[in-house]
Amino acid sequence: MKHPGMINSIKGNNKDVFEWSDENFSTAKKIIQKYPAGRQRSAVIPLLDLAQRQNKGWLNKKAIEKVAETLSMSFIRVLEVATFYSMFNLEPVGENFIQICRTTPCWLRGSNKLLEVAKKVTGCSIGETSKDNKFTVVEVECLGACCNAPMVQINDDYYEDLNENNFKILLENLIKEKKIKKGSQIGRISSHPKREN
Amino acid sequence: MLKKEDRIFKNLHGSEDWKLTGAKKRGIWSNTKELILKGDDYIIDEIKKSELRGRGGAGFPAGLKWSFMPKDSGKPHYLVINADESEPGTCKDREILRNDPHLLLEGCLIAGFAMHAHTCYIYIRGEYFNESSNLQKAIDEAYDAKLIGKNACGSDWDFDIILHRGAGAYICGEETALLESLEGKKGQPRLKPPFPAGVGLYGCPTTVTNVETIAVSPTILRRGSEWFSKIGSPKNTGTKIFSISGHVNNPCNVEEEMGIPLKELIEVHAGGVIGGWDNLLAIIPGGSSVPLIPKSVCETVKMDFDSLKEVQSGLGTAAVIVMNKSTDIVEAITRLSHFYKHESCGQCTPCREGTGWMFRIMEKMINGNVHYDDIDKLLNVTKQIEGHTICALGDAAAWPIQGLMRHFRKEVERRIEENQKTREVA
Repeated sequence: MKHPGMINSIKGNNKDVFEWSDENFSTAKKIIQKYPAGRQRSAVIPLLDLAQRQNKGWLNKKAIEKVAETLSMSFIRVLEVATFYSMFNLEPVGENFIQICRTTPCWLRGSNKLLEVAKKVTGCSIGETSKDNKFTVVEVECLGACCNAPMVQINDDYYEDLNENNFKILLENLIKEKKIKKGSQIGRISSHPKREN
Repeated sequence: MLKKEDRIFKNLHGSEDWKLTGAKKRGIWSNTKELILKGDDYIIDEIKKSELRGRGGAGFPAGLKWSFMPKDSGKPHYLVINADESEPGTCKDREILRNDPHLLLEGCLIAGFAMHAHTCYIYIRGEYFNESSNLQKAIDEAYDAKLIGKNACGSDWDFDIILHRGAGAYICGEETALLESLEGKKGQPRLKPPFPAGVGLYGCPTTVTNVETIAVSPTILRRGSEWFSKIGSPKNTGTKIFSISGHVNNPCNVEEEMGIPLKELIEVHAGGVIGGWDNLLAIIPGGSSVPLIPKSVCETVKMDFDSLKEVQSGLGTAAVIVMNKSTDIVEAITRLSHFYKHESCGQCTPCREGTGWMFRIMEKMINGNVHYDDIDKLLNVTKQIEGHTICALGDAAAWPIQGLMRHFRKEVERRIEENQKTREVA
């Protein structure tokens, strides 16, 4: 029931294959050039992120090995980075990776209710991926959008100013594969004090 | 109250264009070359005179910090911007990064020049994906307009800005952990000394500084240190972005003068406490790491570094978390304890073991399922963690619990009593 970014073991077997796509390989080269010569190790986080994006949102053993090879680093040095940072998922995740903020500012404004909505609509319990691989629902610590609490992150985007109703609609739209609007769900401009309900 | 014309962040909420055209209309990049040509000593002196204190939490005088950089070290110098905003309650830098990124970039150039740095890394938290994409676009625009890069702004100073995304670790907001992370390692803080100004990124002189501190500096130079130091009170000068969250009618980010009364801040800008001021229970005034203050203190306290220190709390990042009487105050702090347990990097034993231990006791305290003397035992453990770790995460984990017991010990005792009664009945 753990967040896939918080586990300390890696999955994958020798049958897995991970090769950079042509586009990502040239992106990786550009990223490495951002750092001084001989300091290519600095690119380990950006490259793991790139590999994770190519590998449908998680890192298997082969992907980590590939990053190590690309940066001439030992496998263990890349592995310890992959396990340390919570954004690197070491287990497969669903198409929509839903991270619900649980820390005090979001909790004060009802993040618990969002958990219940998410469980009900997706049919997943916390830490689980749905059978159709459409959703993974997890709880996370503060995502830094506290003036728009409660909020969730789905893949790369933040969805803010949520309540039971608009979050339910949002998830249902995801099931129907309808387009959803990122940011405030009550029409607020960023964290402006004025609300337009 | 801060006058409208004294606001530094004119596009804090993103109602205007955040790109270069919009930024130029707001006066950003207007006379950057002239500011640079006044020289490094002038810039650092002005920042010192403005009495600007670092906006990242510790409140260290910014000009003094910049002056720690050696003059001639023979090594490259680095400026590193800490945009790893992760302190619960805090979301001020996010607004700067996505709504006014050029304000930050101009500040980077000026501060970088003053510290003799040709390279600046901006370390942004990985979750801020859209914010980093805005910032990257702004960096590209600035390169295209020759505002940064070779001969930046025609000042004869070469200056590169490189954006680096993190990957989800609160501890990387600690400056030396951030440097470790930037070097491609686990984000575990370094022992100090040596301090980053001597041995920082890649072993070279480095200054790590918060987004807001850097973003206010061009305006200070433009309008003069005297203007800035007249806002607020001595040693607590200038304007500050306050993030107001929790039980208020209109949670928001707002720029105000330093030292504004807490009550005024909440009533005027955040639409008041939900259920009215009398429904207030307690406030965490500076992000999760500082001890809470009860309503009686909130009545009169001013929002600046020294006033909050006097009431045994702190300004921290100026993230005001408001809790009204509907709050289970013990659970509110327990959730913070869970946060620190989750985010401890595992390097120092008191923090690695202590944060988990404190969380487990706190969790039991929600239902009063502990003994009376466990309160003192818990306080004793917080004292053993505080000050015994490499970085301040240990302190930050200890203080919220100390604050809770200082002001709400009776509430915890009431729960223990109730729990014992129900057990006797059973």
